[in-house]
Amino acid sequence: MLWEIDVHPIVGLPDREAERVAVLAAETGIGPRLSVQAARGFLVESDSLDADEVNRLAQELFADNTVESSVTALVGDSRLATPPTGQAHGESPTLLQVLLKPGVMDPVAQSAEGAIRDFGYSVSAVRTLRKYWIDGASQTQITAISERILANDAIEQIVKGPLPFDRLQHGSDYQFQHRTVSLSELDDTGLMRLSREGQLYLQLAEMQTIQRHFAELGREPTDIELETLAQTWSEHCSHKTLAGRIAYRDEQGERQFENMLKETIFAATTELRNHWGEDDWCVSVFRDNAGIVRFDDQFNVAFKVETHNHPSALEPYGGANTGIGGVIRDTIGTGMGAKPVCNTDVFCFAPPDTPAEDLPSGVLNPKRVMRGVVSGVRDYGNRMGIPTVNGAVYFDSRYLGNPLVYCGNVGIIPVDKSFKEPQPDDLIVSVGGRTGRDGIHGATFSSAELTHESESLSGGAVQIGNAVEEKKVLDVLLAIRDRGLYTAITDCGAGGFSSAVGEMGEGIGAEVWLERAPVKYAGLTYTEIWISEAQERMVLSVPPANWEALHAFCAAEGVEATVIGKFAPTGRLVLKYGDQVVGDLAMDLLHKGRPPVIRSASFTPIKPLPLEIPLGAQDLTADLCRILGSYNVASKEWIIRQYDHEVQGGSVIKPLVGLANDGPSDAAMVRPVLTSRRGLVISCGMNPRYGDLDPYHMAASAIDEAIRNCVAVGADPARIALLDNFCWGDCEKSETLGSLVRAALACHDLSLALEAPFISGKDSLNNEFSFVGADGEKQTIAIPATLLISALGQIADVATAVTMDLKHSDSLLYLVGETKEELGGSHFALIHELTGGQVPTVNAAVAKRTFAAVHEATSRGLVASCHDLSEGGLAVAAAEMCFAGGIGAELELAKVPAGETNLSAVALLFSESNTRFLCEVRKENVTEFESQLEGLPVACVGRTTLEPELRFLNESGSAPVIAASLKDLKTAWKKPLAW
Amino acid sequence: MPQPRILILRAPGTNCDAETAHAFQLAGGIAEVQHLNRLLETPQLAAEFQILCIPGGFSYGDDIAAGRIFANQIRHHLSEVLHEFRSAGKLLLGICNGFQVLIKSGLLDTDDESGPAASLTWNDSGCFIDRWVGLETVGKKCVFLAGIEELYLPIAHAEGKFVTRDSAALERFDQAGQLVLRYADVSGSIPPFNPNGSMHDVAGMCDATGRVFGLMPHPERFVDFTQHPNWTRREDRSEGAGLGMFRNAVRYFS
Repeated sequence: MLWEIDVHPIVGLPDREAERVAVLAAETGIGPRLSVQAARGFLVESDSLDADEVNRLAQELFADNTVESSVTALVGDSRLATPPTGQAHGESPTLLQVLLKPGVMDPVAQSAEGAIRDFGYSVSAVRTLRKYWIDGASQTQITAISERILANDAIEQIVKGPLPFDRLQHGSDYQFQHRTVSLSELDDTGLMRLSREGQLYLQLAEMQTIQRHFAELGREPTDIELETLAQTWSEHCSHKTLAGRIAYRDEQGERQFENMLKETIFAATTELRNHWGEDDWCVSVFRDNAGIVRFDDQFNVAFKVETHNHPSALEPYGGANTGIGGVIRDTIGTGMGAKPVCNTDVFCFAPPDTPAEDLPSGVLNPKRVMRGVVSGVRDYGNRMGIPTVNGAVYFDSRYLGNPLVYCGNVGIIPVDKSFKEPQPDDLIVSVGGRTGRDGIHGATFSSAELTHESESLSGGAVQIGNAVEEKKVLDVLLAIRDRGLYTAITDCGAGGFSSAVGEMGEGIGAEVWLERAPVKYAGLTYTEIWISEAQERMVLSVPPANWEALHAFCAAEGVEATVIGKFAPTGRLVLKYGDQVVGDLAMDLLHKGRPPVIRSASFTPIKPLPLEIPLGAQDLTADLCRILGSYNVASKEWIIRQYDHEVQGGSVIKPLVGLANDGPSDAAMVRPVLTSRRGLVISCGMNPRYGDLDPYHMAASAIDEAIRNCVAVGADPARIALLDNFCWGDCEKSETLGSLVRAALACHDLSLALEAPFISGKDSLNNEFSFVGADGEKQTIAIPATLLISALGQIADVATAVTMDLKHSDSLLYLVGETKEELGGSHFALIHELTGGQVPTVNAAVAKRTFAAVHEATSRGLVASCHDLSEGGLAVAAAEMCFAGGIGAELELAKVPAGETNLSAVALLFSESNTRFLCEVRKENVTEFESQLEGLPVACVGRTTLEPELRFLNESGSAPVIAASLKDLKTAWKKPLAW
Repeated sequence: MPQPRILILRAPGTNCDAETAHAFQLAGGIAEVQHLNRLLETPQLAAEFQILCIPGGFSYGDDIAAGRIFANQIRHHLSEVLHEFRSAGKLLLGICNGFQVLIKSGLLDTDDESGPAASLTWNDSGCFIDRWVGLETVGKKCVFLAGIEELYLPIAHAEGKFVTRDSAALERFDQAGQLVLRYADVSGSIPPFNPNGSMHDVAGMCDATGRVFGLMPHPERFVDFTQHPNWTRREDRSEGAGLGMFRNAVRYFS
């Protein structure tokens, strides 16, 4: 029998879900005043439950009787179709029911099943649904609401009217069938068709290599062998483009890379480590799931940032949700397992006010994408109990079809648990969630370009996470890690078991018993089990003698652990289903057999064009307010407050600081070990707009920005580790790859010069979106070259930290760093739609000395507040410091340290030159502060004031070029994204 | 009496157990974190402790409703042992999710003949929110709040709006002096003072004895001066005010 329990607010109380839908319908122009009612439903399938028992479940489990009422009936009963307030005037509103598609993760249903059993009742399955009754809407409006607001076709289905079924699907039993793929007869065209249609996304040379290999063996590959090769050789898993051969050419000539990443970014880290010798504080770089550096005598710290762009484009909530879930598993799967201590999340979207008519087919409204992504990160991070402490959001219309979602996680790991080594004959143990059809082809899909058809092609790659499952796994893993019950651990990410087992067994060999893997439902083929990217699974290497103890620990916390094979010392990957061998590949073929990707890359410098500042009536106060209100700069409080940024109790500097807890902090600081005073600092830098002018200086600026954000709050610049995350367009295009190489060269140069090592990184290529335009022609939007630099700093005693809000009304303001005519790519240029101009550059030698000196000054307590200068330059930094502290300021432009004389007021106010800080210094500390910064470009440029106003004077005594009340400035900054 | 022992009870999805244990340790207690499954297997385990605390988090994902599944497990399997625990003069504390569990389990004396008369439901904003709030205490009933008049603490929840079935129930709890902690305009707090629409601005309530206490704000997140959102603006380097509640609980047994 299939029972349904509907829960809705007691009539008269607000129906928030209905209100949400009505507001969105109005906001998206579907209908201004639709009448909507909503309910949550639970489908409970059971052979034994009777009506009284179902009523008891409704009363005691599903509904909160203080605010909700419930309706219970067998599916098919007309009462289930009646709106909560009853039928009005005989008209029947349209009933829309939203269900997750079969196989999509439904955590609430899983929990409900357990909770029903806790009553002593038996139940065979539960599914959740959402119901909506919409009154007075046309068919067109109903369709628009269904598609654009209620459901996402990638994971959900909509039923109009009553449910057309009276039992839940459980999948049908799997009939074993051994499948081979005929490769030997295929010509090049046939190989490429197979690659594309089979969603292998391998290149021709790779398909040919596979074809030759099996020709030599004298047999055809099985489906699972071909899939294993496609997963292992995917861009996502092997980073073959950037670690491949690249012939690079720019204005300085040609350069041949055998392994581009190794020769640029890794090389800088290696050189630094050699240079430091005994004092090397890197522990494990570019080899494990996350980079590891030293923290204190007891702990090291691991850091990883990943992207989850393509899934987030199709299903923003699920994509971001599993993005954060995935990167958390990266740190859990680093060394012998790190304990996550904070998250960082950076997003790139098209402007949220993009008109609906500008959206190509297949593209979700950017506001919907943004809301979905934020909720996805919120629901996973908060449930995991990991504070989300840092982030940024960038807007550019080129992210329309291809938003970017960067998710990062920091974890601490005991010094003696930082390395792993699986042993021959260890058991392969899967721990955590069950395997389903979810996420098939995620690894290969991420290597493909998005098109308006992606959703139908790759729907299986989109998933929803179950954070509590991962939390359970984390809790038990930390306990068994400390008892030394396993020899190695890794996460099941892209490629699922195929990648996890393939990587762990690389040096040994492995035999896998696929039929033993626990599955969510019957009917999975052996290949689906092997490549499924179902979430919340970890793979452990367990000495047979420890298996029983490990299993007992997991069982005690309700976590499933299953032996699915062993690391047999054969050098081969043998896949079995029952007693059938379905795959048998040499590990060497997987890990060393891929033909090198050979690419050419070119970069032609853009001829610098002057940036023409519009003459005539200049209202610089208005310009400042417009920059404060531009989406990139504007307050992200709406997002920040949805994240728990204080769980774990280590919060020292929160994302929002100041008198009213609403000023933008430069970086976050946490104390990961509650019994210690030592802190971690997390910040980031990103400037896609500079990349349009020169990717080298974009990368250099991003590095400078990430480090100066760290230093601004008190981090020691001698202990800052960096991560790179490259999100680029189609790197088969020589110019696109060329711009990436140029950015990597900057990473090398700046890392060395600033002695800030890169410890891990990741790339996501092919971030382009294709669609058929109104004219019937294919059009492609490539994202701007987007390099995220994340910085992980450290501070010896968190009590020496500094925040950016002004503290006193009688301090002096010092500007550290040189201001140059660098308005290219600036936010001043953005709001005035100006092109050209000089992109900000970095003088690395000066930067290094500046960071050291500012750090010395802050750690000696000489700086009352400190803020970095970035988007919007000096004017924006000063405004933010003022309104965050509730204290006014008066600054004189003539005193700004500038390399060139005769800089215009616009340049002095809004230039985005790097390596600059605005510091508040108490009068009694002036002498010592000045002596700390001796030899560097620094000057006292003004003072703080009691009047709540920000004023910039061209020269002392003259009329201000900017004068604004703190209230107006703050309003301009807070309003745009106050959703 | 020796230092009291505190049982910090964690369920799947609990995530404030470590810092809550840390706060009790700082206050001078001996805190031990145990999985709920252990107590379900061996309910008499509770007898070894003087204080039982259900910390914050998302027990069972807050699936269906925050704290509901955990609360039902108490109702189904642990009701007797926890009522005995209370009758023995011991203390029970629920923070955030722990408050949601306590109120839905009936341990805060909110059930009447028609069933549960009070609950915690979705914030008026419909959204999870992390921010600091001002709080004032009402009456002298609650052991945990002895000597505390006002506080400034963080909240981090989506379902923290205190509601009663009707105004009579609200009046009854108020008259009984159970509504002991209210959102309020205290020094340093920022409007809106009531962050979630709670009736009577209730942020925390106790049972009829004053020894069972649940609150939405997180006292364990303010035990060190550097946790205060304005600490870089303040001279004050003394311990966080949230620690006072844990000290009260520990002192109760000395």
